Amino acid sequence: MNVIQKHILGVGLMLAIFAIGSSSLVVITESATRDKIAENERQALLNAINVLVPASQYNNDILSDTVEIIATPQLATTQPTTVFRARQGQQPIAAIFTSIAPNGYSGKITLLVAVYQTGKLAGVRVISHKETPGLGDKIDERKSDWITRFSGLSLTDPEPSQWAVKKDGGQFDQFTGATITPRAVIQAVKNALHYYEEHQDQLFTDPGIVKS
Amino acid sequence: MTDQYHTIVRDGLWKNNPALVQLLGLCPLLAVSNTVINGLGLGLATILTLVASNGLVSLFRHHIPDEARLPVFVLIIASIVTVIELSMSAWFHELYLILGIFIPLIVTNCAITGRAEAFAARNPVGPALIDGLMMGIGFTAVLVLLGALREVIGQGTLFSEAHLMFGESARYFKIIVIDDYRGFLMALLPPGAFIGLGLIVALKNVIDAKQVSKAIPATATTNIAVAEGQ
Repeated sequence: MNVIQKHILGVGLMLAIFAIGSSSLVVITESATRDKIAENERQALLNAINVLVPASQYNNDILSDTVEIIATPQLATTQPTTVFRARQGQQPIAAIFTSIAPNGYSGKITLLVAVYQTGKLAGVRVISHKETPGLGDKIDERKSDWITRFSGLSLTDPEPSQWAVKKDGGQFDQFTGATITPRAVIQAVKNALHYYEEHQDQLFTDPGIVKS
Repeated sequence: MTDQYHTIVRDGLWKNNPALVQLLGLCPLLAVSNTVINGLGLGLATILTLVASNGLVSLFRHHIPDEARLPVFVLIIASIVTVIELSMSAWFHELYLILGIFIPLIVTNCAITGRAEAFAARNPVGPALIDGLMMGIGFTAVLVLLGALREVIGQGTLFSEAHLMFGESARYFKIIVIDDYRGFLMALLPPGAFIGLGLIVALKNVIDAKQVSKAIPATATTNIAVAEGQ
């Protein structure tokens, strides 16, 4: 082996050592933090749910009492999503699931919708969106309280024709300079309520993948 | 020694500022500088990464083969960013939920590779750490300034959404600079970032030119022009 080959080999070897070293560092960190991160994410999800359905209203382990629903055009979902079910003893209280508004101003708006067993909305929150800062992003609870307007509503209150922004003859406020965004969200919430109405029994009785 | 640190500090904060002079890391800089708080968030995450990567690169500088130094830098930076992201998610989850989106952006920040190559690989650990810190602070200062500029022009406020970073009590940090402002959307969108950064770079050049003309008699201007060109 000549000098150049030896040199190349040496460089390659050092590079390999650094690759092994840095990936070991990542592996060690990952295994040290895995449980803690899973616990944090669980807690964050639980907090998000409890904002919509207060923890005092149910007594089951809501994160384990879930059912997977397949992608459906009604909710504009493209992959299976998880429905969380709140129960007090055997009594169903509420279902919490994802609904997507596919027609936001800049793409999909993902919503977390909580519906009481009676068909009344416990509440709605925007999980992710790409709407214009300062205009359409008022659907985000952190920017304005517009989204809290949905709590307590149902398919009959207001009546179906009123499920629209004021500009379209409905009773929801639009934002200055942004009508498309609230319009899309209102439609997605309404769709979620329809979905719930049609699948209510199935949602609560389906054993799903009840862990524990 | 003090002189060397003095130079490092001045380079990082002003003379060789990563955002204004080296024009490095523009991708994250332009993407998230639409409010003061966003700018501050990315800035803090960048400082952390820059200090850690400069420190490690400097520590191993005698072992890094010259021909393969860039892949090694990339390995070091990518693993640091991942470790920071995982650790934050585990132990500072609230903060992670806010800064989390910025952290992957840091990998695309070539200011970090740039400092590893230009400084950390050639200097002892002490100066390398200070260089990382100062370059980070210089970068953060520009981010915050650009964020403030865009936020005031775009939506007439400052420090909006401070509670995302500092907790609920920080809601009151928000300052409404212009009452009843209708907003100027372009400042918040990407063009506003480019124009804003351009204005800040221009301002820095004006200040530099003024100082030069004050310090040195007019006859020496040709030399200055050559020095600036470097």
